[in-house]
Amino acid sequence: MSDATSSVPRPDGADAVPEDGRLAAPTAILRLPADLGRQMSRWAAAGYPYEVCGLLVGRRDGERAEAVRAIRADNLDRERPETRYTLDPDDFLAADREARAGGLDVVGFWHSHPDHPPQPSPTDFGAAWEGYSYLIVATTAAGAGEMRSWRLAGNRFREETIEVLEAKEPSP
Amino acid sequence: MSQVTVRIPTPLRRYTGGAAEVAIEGRDVGEVLRALAARHQELGRSLFDAGGELRSFINVYLDDQNIRSLDRLATPVDGARVVHIVPAVAGGRR
Repeated sequence: MSDATSSVPRPDGADAVPEDGRLAAPTAILRLPADLGRQMSRWAAAGYPYEVCGLLVGRRDGERAEAVRAIRADNLDRERPETRYTLDPDDFLAADREARAGGLDVVGFWHSHPDHPPQPSPTDFGAAWEGYSYLIVATTAAGAGEMRSWRLAGNRFREETIEVLEAKEPSP
Repeated sequence: MSQVTVRIPTPLRRYTGGAAEVAIEGRDVGEVLRALAARHQELGRSLFDAGGELRSFINVYLDDQNIRSLDRLATPVDGARVVHIVPAVAGGRR
């Protein structure tokens, strides 16, 4: 996981984000319990060489989000599952219902990039919604690697800082 | 006419003043969503294309069933409680 932040411009070159430094500071934060990160890494690695996807349920307050649960969803892309994912909307609905019952919300999504860095692609960009975190896990045949998270802000993805929350007491 | 609750996903709540749920009356899903679009016009542009068709990146569920497996926008809402607007989530490394 990286503390460094960067941004990925829109593939068409359009850029509605002012380049005056106002967005230079890494303001968005995703607080992620360490066990959720490990769980997503396990799911992502187990699904290699295919893309694995899912949802993050938790709380969001403006630029800060905290994940409370990670959920694995079905990848409905049967034609190119090595390079694409389509998250099963049935899983979204189930996650949203469960979240709402617990006073939570769907705060984002995660997916794997097999043999590819955890940076949003033009495909990721083209399908992205504002207001959610998009966490990407890099995977190889050796397992899961780096994990980074992004948010659509205007016409580009901005990286958000993943703040890993270690459990106070280690589990046995 | 039946009243149903329309569940609004996070990215579209900026068009409903932050509301996650809106109560709307209508006979079928299309009527409900068009009434919602009339009340919140920017939201309407996110839901429907210029021809009035539901956009491909919007999924709609009536209670727990995707309306694409029912009668789409003509699906009657009688007896149902919630219309869920579910954004399509997709992507991939290439």
